[in-house]
Parts: sequence; structure tokens; C-alpha cells
Amino acid sequence: MRLLNNVAIFITLAVAYNLVNGVCGQLHLGPNAFITLGAYTAALLTMTPAEKTLNFIITPLYWPLGQIALPFPLALLAGGLVAAAFGLVTGFPVFRVRGDYLAIVTLGFGEVVRVLANNFQGLTNGPLGLKGLYPYTNLWWSWGVAVVAVAVVVSLVNSSYGRAMQAIREDETAAKASGINTFRHLLLAYILSAFFFGVGGGLLAHLITTISPSLFTFFLTFNLLIIIVVGGLGSTTGAVLAAAFFTLAGEWLRVVEEPAAIFGFTIPGIPGMRMVILSLGLLLVIIFCRLGLLGRREFTWEGLSRLLRRGWSAPAPGSGAK
Amino acid sequence: MALLQTEHLDMRFGGLAALSNLNLSVPEGGLYGLIGPNGAGKTTVFNLVSGFLKPTGGRILWNGRDITGEPPHRLTELGIARTFQNMRLFGELSVLDNILVGFHCRGRATWGEAVLRLPRYRREERTCRSRGLALLTEVGLADAADHPAGKLPYGHQRRLEIARALATGPRFLLLDEPAAGLNPQETQDLIFFIRGIKERYDLSILIIEHNLRLVMGLCRHLTVLDHGLTIAAGDPVDIQKNPAVIRAYLGSEQ
Repeated sequence: MRLLNNVAIFITLAVAYNLVNGVCGQLHLGPNAFITLGAYTAALLTMTPAEKTLNFIITPLYWPLGQIALPFPLALLAGGLVAAAFGLVTGFPVFRVRGDYLAIVTLGFGEVVRVLANNFQGLTNGPLGLKGLYPYTNLWWSWGVAVVAVAVVVSLVNSSYGRAMQAIREDETAAKASGINTFRHLLLAYILSAFFFGVGGGLLAHLITTISPSLFTFFLTFNLLIIIVVGGLGSTTGAVLAAAFFTLAGEWLRVVEEPAAIFGFTIPGIPGMRMVILSLGLLLVIIFCRLGLLGRREFTWEGLSRLLRRGWSAPAPGSGAK
Repeated sequence: MALLQTEHLDMRFGGLAALSNLNLSVPEGGLYGLIGPNGAGKTTVFNLVSGFLKPTGGRILWNGRDITGEPPHRLTELGIARTFQNMRLFGELSVLDNILVGFHCRGRATWGEAVLRLPRYRREERTCRSRGLALLTEVGLADAADHPAGKLPYGHQRRLEIARALATGPRFLLLDEPAAGLNPQETQDLIFFIRGIKERYDLSILIIEHNLRLVMGLCRHLTVLDHGLTIAAGDPVDIQKNPAVIRAYLGSEQ
């Protein structure tokens, strides 16, 4: 159950991340900032006043947040909107630069938000984090959000706006000369992905029920980056598959860390072994499929039927020829 | 009144005067050429007129209106389209998609309408597709519509770049060395092609070119630049005899 929820949340996050990194081709390294904002916003809004007083023992929570409690869907939406608002504010400085500089600026914003979460005790309870959230996240919510995120992103990418974003990735100068307002298109992708990061963060918070700033380090961004690179930068299908595969593999590989008996030898459990195997898998992907598992290809129904037909007709190539 | 006019246009990069006091005036329907040795400042003129550079002095007028310092996408919306000396296609997008990107700036549907596939977006997308295919047929690339643009033969890529510029709905077209790398036969085809689109789309054109055969065969007015200075301007036949031009191209007799 928890695993399937995790899969759905990571699909949401990866697909949103792929919109900026894969489709627009901008190396954005700050999704953890937006996930943090979404998680804290949603958590602070769903907690009952009683829980809040229990949590905030060192510094009391700012008024009026201590008094209000909203239903889960509204809190999720608020998480997404706060993240999107942060995207709007940071988008202006971020898209003044490109390439490595853009990566560093977004990385910086990610760290800023984490440090703020650590020190803004009256709002986030500092390093203690928030405990005892009600586990609202269930399969309906997590998969519902994932389906909406995938539908919106796929629809956008396949529209004229998505085409313009891909044009920016291919050659920004030519895109400008073709009449594309590159800043507005990049900002759109950035804010839309920020919204889904926020909603995903809210879901994540109510799945694990305890959040603290240490949960949202750059490591989270890095995992997402691995997912979309392995799936194939720019391929939404790839992002979905890789997100599912990664979340599941991380759990299934726990087997290798347990004590096991092979050919009469007893091997004690090696903690961290699954990380070794996972990274070996990554190496293989990067060596053998440079563009990730799917490259830029996408799943289409026509593609599937073509594949099936080829599979059926393959054994009889000679029968049709004279 | 001139469609595009530059007044005392100056561009310096630090201490280097790439362009000094350029006064160019292209009338509606004009087919003008800009020639000069390497490093004369021709591409700088294009970058200024298409908004990729902001001039350090002077003004650029479009139909009498000051457009100095407007961003490139705004100028494209006004009707100034350009191609690049070293072609810049969207290599991984299909040939048709390259054209459709050009149409995008004329679309009125918002991104919300696009995501939800509302009627206005669907209508615009349909007309763009049929107009895009028609444009490809016209430039002889309809068969390659689904191929990635980066895989096309060189000459076809050149034509695709012009077609993409046409898709933005221009009134004024800037062609930066369209004949670079083409053989004499292809150059001849290009001359007919440029004349054809000029008539059909009612364009005014400014061409940078090294290939004098193309310039002499096509342009009715030439401006010659050397080291950022305008050394001659006028009829192609007179330009050919102009001693300053000959000196710039061939060096002076000592």
C-alpha cells in the first residue's frame, strides 16, 4: 500500500521535473525547495489546533495558523499554490541566466528553503519537524494526482506550447527569432512543475506523517534527476516508468541486505548493499543507453499496435515474398 | 515612407566599432543586398535589426515607428523574420514541427486552452497544420514532413529555415548568406525561389551574401560595408565599378 502510494507520488514529481529538465532543457536543481514548501503548507493546514500545540513546544506557531484546520484536498491545493507562488517569485531571477548558472541558482534556492525550514521555528518547528500528521494520503489521492499530473503534462507537451518549449531546448536563439517569448514559456513550465511539486510534497507529508527539514535535502532532487535521466530526458513515458521502477526496486532490493545462505555459506546482511546494486544498474543504463531507457520516445497506442503486429508477422517474413 | 530604416546606427563592442553610422532605408517591396568582406559588420546589422543586439547609438524605424531595443520575439510579431548564417534548426523536432513553431507566435489560444484542448486551440492547431503542410509543399519538403530536421540534406535544411521564417508571417525578411555552401545550380534555384516567395508573400527582403552572382542577379540596391563603415551604396552595376569597393575586396594597388 505504502509502496504504491510512493510510486504514484514519485511519478507526479518525476513527470513535473521532466517538464523543465527534459522538455525545456533547463537544468533545474531545486525541486526539493518546492516539495518542502508544499509539504509544510499542507501539513500546517491539516493539523488540528490541538496537535499543533503539542508539536510547537519551543516556539509557538504564528497566529492564525495555530487555529485553523482545513480538509485535506484544500490543504493539498494550498501546498501546490504556495509552491507555484514561490516559483513565480524565483522564476524572474532564475531565468535571467542559463546553463550551469541556472543550475547553481536553483540549487541555491533549494538550500535556502531547507535552511529557512530549519531556522524558522515559529512556522516549521525547526529541526524537530512536524509529527503526528493524519495519514490522509491513500491510493485514491496519490494516483488521482498522478493521473492528473501526467494528463496535464502530456497534453501541454503535445500542444503548440510544448512544441515551443522543445524549440527552446533545441536552439534558444532560433526560438526567439521564430517569435517565441522564451522567458514566458520557461516560466510557465517552471511554475506548473512547481505546482505539482507542491502537491506531491503535501501527499508525501501525509503518507509518512512526520516531516522535518532533513527529509528534503538535495538528495531528494538528485533521486528525481536520476529517475528522469534513466527514463530518458524529455520522455514522459520514461519518467513514469523509471519513477515506478526506482521506488519498487529500492524496496525489493532490501532482500540482498538480509542474512542469506548461498551454497552452504552463510552471508550476514550487508547494510547498504541495495544501494550498490542500484548504482551498478544505473551505470549499466548510462553505458548502454546514453539517452536513458526510452530516449525521447513516447508511448502511443499506434506504436503499441505496430509493435504487436511486427511481433506477430515476424516469424513469417518469407511467406509473403515471392 | 521606408518600411525599415536605420538612422546613424552605431554598435561598439568595447573599443571595437563593429558598425558606424549606418543609414539604410529599405522601401516596401525592396530587395536589398548587404555585402562586404569578412568582419565588415554585416551580421551585426542583422543582429541589431532583429533585436538580438541593442545598438550603442542611433535608431531603427519600422514604418516610421522607433523599434530600437525591442526584444527579438516582439520584432518577429511585428513582421521581421530572419535566418542565420550557420543554420539554426530545431534538429530533433520534425520538419513539420519546425514550421509549426514558426506559427506559434500568431496563435491566440492560451496555454490553458491548449492543455484542455478547447475549441479555439483545436481550430488554430488544425489551420496551422494544413498551412504548414501547404508551406512545405511549396518549398518542396512535403515528403520529409515527419523526418527529424537535423537529418535533412544541407540544401533542404537551408530551405526549411527560410520556410520557418515565412511561417511567422513576416513582411520583412532578413536572409543571412542563404547561398553559403550551395553549388552554382543550387544557387540558381535559390534565386528563383527567393523571387518566388517575394512575390507570393509580398515581402521586402534584405540579403547578406558573399556570392556576387546571387547578389547581382537578385538585388536592385546594394550597400557595401567595410570595417563597419558604409563605403558605397546604390545600383549593383555602379557598385561593381566603384573603386572603393574594388579596393575593399581586392586590396589597393600600391
